[in-house]
Amino acid sequence: METTREKNDNRDNREGLKGWLNPSRYGWERISYWLQRLTGVFLLVYFVGHIYETSSLVRGENAWNAMLELTQTPWGHIFLILVIGTSTFHSTNGIRLIFTHAGKGLGNPERPDYPYHAMSLNYRQKSGIWVALILSAIAMLYGSSVLFGGE
Amino acid sequence: MTGMLKEGQIMKIHYITGIAALFVVAVHIIVRLITPSFSLSLVYENVIKNYHNTPYIILLESILILVAIHGFNGLRIILLELRQNKPWEDGVAIFTIAATIALIAYGTRTIIVASGLGLG
Amino acid sequence: MLGKKNRGIDDSRIDNTTHNELTHKTVILNVYRANARKDDSPRYDTFEIPVQRWMTVLDALLFAKSYSDSSIGIRYSCRMASCGSCGMKINGIPRLACYTKISELSGGRTITCEPLSNFPLIRDLVTDFSQFFERHKEMAPFIRNDNANITDETMLSEFKQSPKDVDQYLQFSYCIKCGLCYSACPTVATDTRFPGPQALSQAYRYYADTRDNSSIQRLNIADDRHGIWRCHFAGSCSVVCPKGVDPALGIQLLRGHLMGFSRNEKKIAELRDPVSEQ
Repeated sequence: METTREKNDNRDNREGLKGWLNPSRYGWERISYWLQRLTGVFLLVYFVGHIYETSSLVRGENAWNAMLELTQTPWGHIFLILVIGTSTFHSTNGIRLIFTHAGKGLGNPERPDYPYHAMSLNYRQKSGIWVALILSAIAMLYGSSVLFGGE
Repeated sequence: MTGMLKEGQIMKIHYITGIAALFVVAVHIIVRLITPSFSLSLVYENVIKNYHNTPYIILLESILILVAIHGFNGLRIILLELRQNKPWEDGVAIFTIAATIALIAYGTRTIIVASGLGLG
Repeated sequence: MLGKKNRGIDDSRIDNTTHNELTHKTVILNVYRANARKDDSPRYDTFEIPVQRWMTVLDALLFAKSYSDSSIGIRYSCRMASCGSCGMKINGIPRLACYTKISELSGGRTITCEPLSNFPLIRDLVTDFSQFFERHKEMAPFIRNDNANITDETMLSEFKQSPKDVDQYLQFSYCIKCGLCYSACPTVATDTRFPGPQALSQAYRYYADTRDNSSIQRLNIADDRHGIWRCHFAGSCSVVCPKGVDPALGIQLLRGHLMGFSRNEKKIAELRDPVSEQ
């Protein structure tokens, strides 16, 4: 099978990364795929940075306060609000994907008929994307009120 | 190590770590917001106090392990889709495992050292 | 089943039930021209085509080929969305040229025709399907049942399969191998070892067929680092499929069985008594 797969294994005319980066042509599920990837990579980068910034704790109070001066700024807050939004979207959409990947919420096969609309692209699972976006917006609003509202 | 596990097993780990990470991160955020408030929770003494709380450091360690595995496995999936040849795939597997272990080790060091700070 | 409007399905991107009024007597056809053998720089040739109501993009291309430039390379056959030959990108989206009426396109007066992405180019709008067919073959797209004796004529029989059993896989058997799903898939865009939505949905088609008793082998073929797990339910395959196969549904259902979320016990169809004994 290895040799069969490697035959004709050229990249001619494959869309490449452009195929991933343009989410606009195929509806909400494609947009959700694009956002899930983007938010995942962004959150991984944030996570690595977060583990590094919190390690300043071991160098004492001065190092910790110096780190806070860098991060507790308006831009730092905006970045954190983005993190809040992306993590909410990634989690909620991720749960929707776990269900759909397991074939749940997609309906059952049936005899197709004109206009041949796809059963799997139903509103029941599609609404999960919208719920994720709405929850993400709410979380970002709440995060803004905490970070910029002051306590 | 990824060669020892079937892809289906790796993906089950990916789904489980994702769900588990959601819970522990949610608890982490709630704790930051309410003990006693977000801005006060960032004061050095309050942060150190948290590291003396055993359930809390277990929570932090769980977040570290779950998010590191889930995140780097996600990156592995993306990288595997970009190129398909043996050196690249082996390199991606090694990088994923190494990065996961390195990040967990680095974070665990912070937790261990911080839990010893401010005592006595 | 007929004319179901309220299934809660939104397919507005590729909707061949909505037609715009034709406001011009002609359309401008931009056709991608390139020859992989000659390695020339690709270009777009423009043709002005008189348009009539219900004219399809294939009609427009054949008009251009007949009256303007007979060298346009185009693959077509049945002209009724049955053979799958005329797949191409029309205004950036993979569609069948014979099944796409000009009146349903919303890009104004200009129609751009390009070869399907993710397939090696041969010439102009014609692409090489050999890797696509190889992926399909890797899924063992045939019934495997070691209880059925197909060598001894006296033992010829038939499987007992109810309409309900057939409904489990019928929609996936309507695949015409047009390649539109393969072209739309974001994983196929970068992963040269991914089987693609068509092959994986055919894997489910045979998995779900009660006449087949090689379920474990079929799951093992799909359970690969570049197999079913590289599908992320972007759904683009089902958006572009012209026959209602809904490959995304087949793939997720197969994955559900692989993950153990779905009950894996399939009742294998019984064989009737051999014809010679009836």
